[in-house]
Amino acid sequence: MENRPLEYDYTVAKMFMLTTIILGIVGMLIGVILAFELAFPSVNTILGSGLAEYTNFSRLRPLHTDAVIFGFTLSGIFATWYYVGQRVLKVSMAESGLLMFIGKLHFWLYIVGVAAVVVSLFAGVTTSKEYAEFEWPIDIAIVVVWVLFGMSIFGLIGIRREKSLYISVWYYIATFLGIAMLYLFNNMEVPTMLATSPAGETAIGNWWHSVSMYAGTNDALVQWWYGHNAVAFGFTVPIVAMIYYFLPKESGQAIYSYKLSLLSFWGLMFVYLWAGGHHLLYSTVPDWMQTMGSIFSVILILPSWGSAINMLLTMKGEWQQVAASPLIKFMVLGSTFYMFSTLEGPIQAIKSVNAIAHFTDWIVGHVHDGVLGWVGFMIMAALYHMAPRVFKREIYSKSLMAAQFWIQTLGVVLYFTSMWIAGITQGMMWRAHDEFGNLAYSFIDTVTVLHPYYAIRGVGGLLYLVGFLLFAYNIYKTWTSDKEVDAERLNQSPMGA
Amino acid sequence: MNIAELSAYGYFALTVFLVVVLYGYIYHLYTKKRDAEGHDYEEYSNMALNDDIGSTPVKPLSRDKEN
Repeated sequence: MENRPLEYDYTVAKMFMLTTIILGIVGMLIGVILAFELAFPSVNTILGSGLAEYTNFSRLRPLHTDAVIFGFTLSGIFATWYYVGQRVLKVSMAESGLLMFIGKLHFWLYIVGVAAVVVSLFAGVTTSKEYAEFEWPIDIAIVVVWVLFGMSIFGLIGIRREKSLYISVWYYIATFLGIAMLYLFNNMEVPTMLATSPAGETAIGNWWHSVSMYAGTNDALVQWWYGHNAVAFGFTVPIVAMIYYFLPKESGQAIYSYKLSLLSFWGLMFVYLWAGGHHLLYSTVPDWMQTMGSIFSVILILPSWGSAINMLLTMKGEWQQVAASPLIKFMVLGSTFYMFSTLEGPIQAIKSVNAIAHFTDWIVGHVHDGVLGWVGFMIMAALYHMAPRVFKREIYSKSLMAAQFWIQTLGVVLYFTSMWIAGITQGMMWRAHDEFGNLAYSFIDTVTVLHPYYAIRGVGGLLYLVGFLLFAYNIYKTWTSDKEVDAERLNQSPMGA
Repeated sequence: MNIAELSAYGYFALTVFLVVVLYGYIYHLYTKKRDAEGHDYEEYSNMALNDDIGSTPVKPLSRDKEN
């Protein structure tokens, strides 16, 4: 043992890679079921009316969103942190027993949290706040998990050999701080057992039940400040952290402009927090706040495109790699989808566009071209890059990866195009009226018209899930392969045929 | 002037301040090109490219000082 050279220790990274894949399958499978429930309502009772409580849309919907956000994406963030963090700080987890313990504790408490979330949401226990459905005991557990994540980040930074923090580390730190602040403030809640009703009743409701500390419009404002910034600090900031490491590393190209990465970082931090108001356009929040939400959303194009263009320009002169490597394809298309959805979002946040887009399927389409095309592609690419280095085996199949890429790309395209058409159709039909101001259509008219697009969306989602299963299989075969690689490749990941 | 008006002016002033700071930072980055210790900012890209545990850090942190 004494003579063994020091190596990076990926124990915790591997654990989170596993949950990334498992929770990804769960979240996406539920998503596909939901899509078909919308297209074919009989799917709501597919397991019979006795179990309808557990299979209907409204019970499953938070399980889909939370499994994808807090399961798949968070696991991906943790897995890549425990990989990238060590490498850019040039320090191994093996060098600190304490950090290794914290890392493992972080993982196992996270698993406990996931189990509690799955059970409680299936049982219908929810605060009814979107993406913040967990009741107070789970919130407390999540805070503990998050603090452990923070201890891992700052602990590793504390024993580093590289004095400067690579740009990805900045983004991981911002993820930690951003989510901590958002989660704490949006989940300020009062357990009803502590409340007293005007009639003098005490200990109202179940012990786990709570109500938000904010009321009415204030609650909505805090909720969407949280909701939109969960997108910022869950789906954007940590994914940018990943691409700033994995694309240069896999392609062997230095970041096109490190300076641009720094100012994009501060731009993103400065602007993103103010954009949440665009979720509340034409609602009861003050008009200036709505306008501010719109303006900041439009300004947000600049820092977002700063990062995305920086990544695309990193490939300057090396575009043959995009053709040659499916792994690079995932990242370049991911970056392109990031540009695309960060242009689409600001357009939707403009008040006049929002008058048509709000509450329609166009919004759902927007979320999914971002999450499927950007977040999903980037996390899978990161895991593909990590696999040969973590398992010390070459990636099982390059052709399978290429097939997965095209299947999923087709899935994403079918998803967002169908939702564009559905959303704009919906928006136009809802507001259509005759010369006397009578509405031209009833709600059910829109439902009838949208049916084919809902079916296409279901097929798009299914294709993405199929691609994800191919990904899971590819990683599994890599893990269990006997094709060991002797020395770690500096750049391009080794791939079997 | 009531508290709402005051906070609106305060918010505007803060926004202007942060914009000035951000643009100042951009100006600083692109005119100086190097940080206070003389490292070209672009060298920091190498932290990802040369990330073996044995690679030489771009800016080594002396561990002896800690002990």
